[in-house]
Amino acid sequence: MRFAFTKEEESFRKEVREFLQNALPNNWDGVAGNNLEEGASDKEWEFTLEMRKKLADKGWLTMAWPKEYGGQNASMMQQVIFAEEMTLARAPGRDGFGIRMLAPTLMIHGTEEQKTQYLPDIAKGYVQWCQGYSEPESGSDLASLQTRAIEDGDDFVINGTKVWTSSAHRADKMFILVRTNPEAPKHRGISFLLIDDMKSEGIKVNPIIDMAGRHNFNMVTFDNVRIPKKNLVGELNRGWYVGATLLDFERSGVEYSSRCMALLTELVEFAKNNKRGGVPISEDPNIKKEITEIYTEINVSRGMSYKIADMQSNGEVPNKESSMSKLFGTVLEQKVADLGMKILGLYGQLGPNSKHNKLKGKIEQEFLSTVSATIAAGTSEIQRGIIATRGLGLPKP
Amino acid sequence: MDLTLDETQQMLKNTAKDFFATECTETHVREMENDSNGYSKQLWEKIVNQGWLGVPFSEKYGGFGLSFLEFCILLEEAGRVLLPEPLFHTVILGGMPINIAGNDKQKEELLPKIISGESIATLAFHEEDDSIIPSAINCSATLSNNVYTINGTKMFVPFANISDLITVIARTGKKETDLSVFIIPSNANGVTISSLDTISSDKQSAISFENVQIPSSNLLGKENSGWEILEKIYSMAAIGKSCEMLGASEQVLEGTVEYAKTRTQFGRPIGSFGEIQRHCSEMATLVEGTRFVVYEAAWKLAENEDSKKEVAMAKSWTSDSHKKVCAISHQVHGGIGFTKEHWVQLYSRRAKAAEIAFGDGNYHRENLAKLLSL
Repeated sequence: MRFAFTKEEESFRKEVREFLQNALPNNWDGVAGNNLEEGASDKEWEFTLEMRKKLADKGWLTMAWPKEYGGQNASMMQQVIFAEEMTLARAPGRDGFGIRMLAPTLMIHGTEEQKTQYLPDIAKGYVQWCQGYSEPESGSDLASLQTRAIEDGDDFVINGTKVWTSSAHRADKMFILVRTNPEAPKHRGISFLLIDDMKSEGIKVNPIIDMAGRHNFNMVTFDNVRIPKKNLVGELNRGWYVGATLLDFERSGVEYSSRCMALLTELVEFAKNNKRGGVPISEDPNIKKEITEIYTEINVSRGMSYKIADMQSNGEVPNKESSMSKLFGTVLEQKVADLGMKILGLYGQLGPNSKHNKLKGKIEQEFLSTVSATIAAGTSEIQRGIIATRGLGLPKP
Repeated sequence: MDLTLDETQQMLKNTAKDFFATECTETHVREMENDSNGYSKQLWEKIVNQGWLGVPFSEKYGGFGLSFLEFCILLEEAGRVLLPEPLFHTVILGGMPINIAGNDKQKEELLPKIISGESIATLAFHEEDDSIIPSAINCSATLSNNVYTINGTKMFVPFANISDLITVIARTGKKETDLSVFIIPSNANGVTISSLDTISSDKQSAISFENVQIPSSNLLGKENSGWEILEKIYSMAAIGKSCEMLGASEQVLEGTVEYAKTRTQFGRPIGSFGEIQRHCSEMATLVEGTRFVVYEAAWKLAENEDSKKEVAMAKSWTSDSHKKVCAISHQVHGGIGFTKEHWVQLYSRRAKAAEIAFGDGNYHRENLAKLLSL
């Protein structure tokens, strides 16, 4: 047991931190006053891509990739540190879809041609992918998806609708789960396809504006969209299992704790330097208590993530641990936002566009945008079900 | 960052787990609730023979030469079975003050006795005002002709009934922190011990000291440096207690999940109901969160690193999380869980005692607030 980072790890942390200090503008405050780069304005998106290329040049985007694909086989803890520093600095530019999801899938299931065609561009940060999974009638029950792909000569023809597609309006390409055999049991009639051009005929990207007023999610419709058969990844009708592929990359969810810490640090600073009723807000006993509770919970959340990284370092596969980390971390994000609301008082309701706002209106944005935290990427209810049944062995409902 | 136990630690854990599972059964725990001494001499001897009282002490004194961290691993296992024997008390409250503040002579004389089980030691800290602040200490020690005379009353002293050595903090000067720590034999003239009837059926006592005379050589550390010593012991005690709670939490989770799998209502196991699954996943998440914060603090204490924040976080979190785990367990168990014959109440009564011992959640959050300059 050792609850400290090694010298090498600390010097890597320093290197990342210094790089970010130089790469980010002075007084950098995150994208759109929050941390969800997907919801960025055009200008911010441009900067996100610029940062991504810089990170790619440093070799950090692909540090977790195996050496044979140009990566560094970085240790789990090194990946954790990179994620922490990026999130603490609210730096944009990481690439969840290409680097962390599609690339590992291709490394295992892709043909040589697919690997050569797609991996280098992902590694250089040249291409934005999006993920076509959820559908209007298939949310938590994803395997019931109905978007249909029918074989026609050398092509698949796709018809259907995908929803909650993050960044589809920014994306060049999409990986998508489609039904190729409606007769088979639901998990065994799904295939994993690559769509090379989001501007293809028949694809329509419709924005979904969230309650914070931001455009991150989309609904994407497919009307007789043709893609070549060589864009099938893995075997036909085995797409469910292709999509479930995870390489041994760090997936600890350490971003929850560092994101919360970045905001809490800012809130504590504000509470100390601003008064209400003539007294610093930080001296309000209720606020003080809540700050210490959340500070502690952030450490708990950090610990859950380190545990996952530690398991992965030892070659173990986290299961209930990932669900716990997500369950706990996302509620925590909502709590920090709510604490921010309490600290700001009536000013908490003012958004980025108000000239009277405090902290640039970001608390209003945080409060609204974290509502989705406990829903997106597997709701809290789904996580609890995984913990209860897969983790604790309780019988299925 | 490495959260995995090393080989020695894992071996110690396995040995302790097996040992306690055999030796400290629910029947034993119940028997000790009604035992006048509150512990079994036979089991105590077996624990002594394992060498466990010497785990964090130097080989020079007959110890294992391991660290506080390894002792915490033992405490987690002791906590799992609600061990009534004074393992926690003798080592942390009795041995540690001598280990960190005693001179060579005191260490050479006393530590071997504690490690070999010849002495049982405890700590007398609290008084009528149970706050953990220097000004709450009014028990006095006055020096004359190389003899200290102690007067005052101490409260909530664990296992004073069976201890032959009592570490006492008393006032030796006018300034608020003019406090000193003494070793007082429990059989000294003027020491009166009366037992308290507690929620967890453990053995705590009130002790009155009436003109108790002890040689000045029984002073631990320098005069008026007592508060500093006490703060260190209190940090260790808070974390040791948290480790016991962690073990207890794990056991409660395990037992509750087992019950949810086997108890049938409406024709199916209650564990298949969403509400019960929600309860169980909540418990599991609390327990998972506890492990890191507790061992992070234990490691920092063992390494002599600045650990004040970590201690405050660990004890405040664990005090509350263990209480929640027990409360949820009661809810899953329904009526049977709050009967005397059921095991859950053994844990939930002790959870309350552990929560308020060595600073409750609010106390440690207040400490944390100070450390964050709030």
